Amino acid sequence: MNAVEFKNVDIVFGPSPKKILALLDQGQDREEILKSSDHTVGVHDASISVEKGKISVLMGLSGSGKSTLLRCVNGLNRPTRGQVLVRDRETMIDVASCDKHTLHRLRSERISMVFQQFALLPWRTVEENVGLGLELNGISKHERHAIVQNKLKLVNLEEWGNKFAHELSGGMQQRVGLARAFATDADILLMDEPFSALDPLIRNHLQDELLDLQTSLQKTIIFVSHDLEEAVKLGTHIGIMKSGKVVQYGTPEEIILSPANEYVEAFVSHLNPVNLLKGTSLMTPLDQLKREGQEYFLDRWGSYRLSLTGGNPIVRRAGQSISVIPFSELNKDTDAMQETMLLAKPDFNMKALIEYLWASGTPVLMEEEGKVVGVVGEEEIYQGILHSRNLKQSQIQ
Amino acid sequence: MDWLTEQKIPLGKWIKVGVDILNDHAAGVFDWISLVLGSGIEGMIYLMLACPPLILIGLFTAFAWWLHRSLKLALTIIASLLLIINLGYWESTMETLALVVVSTLVCLLAGVPLGIAAAHRPWLYRILRPILDLMQTVPTFVYLIPALILFGLGVVPGVISTVVFAIPAAIRLTHLGISSVPKTMLEAVESFGATPRQLLWKVELPHAKKTIMAGMTQCIMLSLSMVVIAALVGAGGLGKPVVRALNTVNVAMGFEAGLAIVLIAILLDRVCKTREK
Repeated sequence: MNAVEFKNVDIVFGPSPKKILALLDQGQDREEILKSSDHTVGVHDASISVEKGKISVLMGLSGSGKSTLLRCVNGLNRPTRGQVLVRDRETMIDVASCDKHTLHRLRSERISMVFQQFALLPWRTVEENVGLGLELNGISKHERHAIVQNKLKLVNLEEWGNKFAHELSGGMQQRVGLARAFATDADILLMDEPFSALDPLIRNHLQDELLDLQTSLQKTIIFVSHDLEEAVKLGTHIGIMKSGKVVQYGTPEEIILSPANEYVEAFVSHLNPVNLLKGTSLMTPLDQLKREGQEYFLDRWGSYRLSLTGGNPIVRRAGQSISVIPFSELNKDTDAMQETMLLAKPDFNMKALIEYLWASGTPVLMEEEGKVVGVVGEEEIYQGILHSRNLKQSQIQ
Repeated sequence: MDWLTEQKIPLGKWIKVGVDILNDHAAGVFDWISLVLGSGIEGMIYLMLACPPLILIGLFTAFAWWLHRSLKLALTIIASLLLIINLGYWESTMETLALVVVSTLVCLLAGVPLGIAAAHRPWLYRILRPILDLMQTVPTFVYLIPALILFGLGVVPGVISTVVFAIPAAIRLTHLGISSVPKTMLEAVESFGATPRQLLWKVELPHAKKTIMAGMTQCIMLSLSMVVIAALVGAGGLGKPVVRALNTVNVAMGFEAGLAIVLIAILLDRVCKTREK
């Protein structure tokens, strides 16, 4: 179920944005339009569906239009053309065309936002800042206090309620921002580079906290970031934006393994895939393995051969069978692992798989529900590091 | 050069006609303003003079103590006011104080809303700016004359010209305070569903409070600087002895009254300053 849908959204800034749409449709790009008419194209033809309860990350460099697109969801920016549908219980409301009253209701009940520069009110205490949304909705002081305490506990700031916002460190201020966004119990959370102004260590820490909270809160989060590492860590889906366009939208693995164009590829090539890629995307599936009779080749040369005829997997190397043990029976002693083959789950990440490969010296079999589904060997690992599926085709011949 | 001076443009006459028209047709309005402002000030003076001076000094000091908790300021207030009593200017000082307070109140009541409106509407500020410049640069005596005609002799034309002179400070500083609220702060509060009115009361005014207070202090100081001019059209207060001293070349009286004005200025400035953290 989608919580937010962007449908062919164009956003143009300038004195008469509607006129510029015709130029866009003729295929003029951003620079041409800026030169000829002094209008800035913020977003061009963006279509994305954001699933309920998931974290979708809009990723791009500054000026790519990611914040502009995000700010459409709560009407801080109005699309020049297109629809921005936001789920309100059973119906979808188009924020781009709804009336003031509806927008006001969505802002106070459905959508909340976290800002890069925190945007706390310095003359208010932490508690008064967190209770802001509730106060605007006319909730009594007494009721507010209980809710605010609860949310402060969520972000580990219950001791700090009476301090003023500016007395807190940057990381703590952003936690106040988070608590403020949680306070109205809105189910859609917009986060505009919330951790970019923080030190790397604190940033990492807050990312972990956010992921932790998300497992219990299950909000729909649209997160804007200029950092692919952050995007991949947090996002269940990532939209890569460039010059106002969504270049690619997909899961982190799809983006890492099959970048849509050179631009995305350039981004991805700076990424360390070891913690990100999972067995599922690394492995060569069973049906794509070379076969000889009933035997599958587990590597290019066929030095390890797998047969599944007896139900249980049997692996032979140079005619001799070697033992296959499930992950659960793994003995941590690396010497004992030599020349045994491991059955691992496909959701293991690349780092773990490399460790097993290194310890056993043999490829690792992937099994799901008791069935072998594929294999990860050295070759698959190399491909993962080089981010290219094409390697396989070009090398095998 | 004759051709240039032959036909004089009757600029002054036009203005005079305008003032006459106002005086003929809107006299009721001006009389009413005159009555309200005049009786406000008279009432205030009456109350302050009805109270024994020492008790009033005690009240002022207590008020300053409540605001600032400063022993130095409290002692300064007591010493200055006792000196004023000793010199024999207590009555005039209270009259001046009433004039300043009423002028400042009018400036704030009209100036702050105008400043807010101008901060929200750039076109309004574009119109206001040259008018404010004009109000601050035209010599006071020039608008003192029509004020005299419209409001009659007494304290009211004094207040009106004081307001004309001081209100630009209130409008300008309110405009500055409101328009310097960071945009992200407004957007953050807006994104939680704030109405424009809530934005004003919960973000803009708290954020602009310091600047608006600075505007108020400026209004008070500018009003004080008008005390002597107000005395020329018949307003009472410390300006009166100064004018009389000027006419009789009385150095002693001039300096004494002048000292009283300076003391009041210092006290008001110290009391109105926002407390340092």
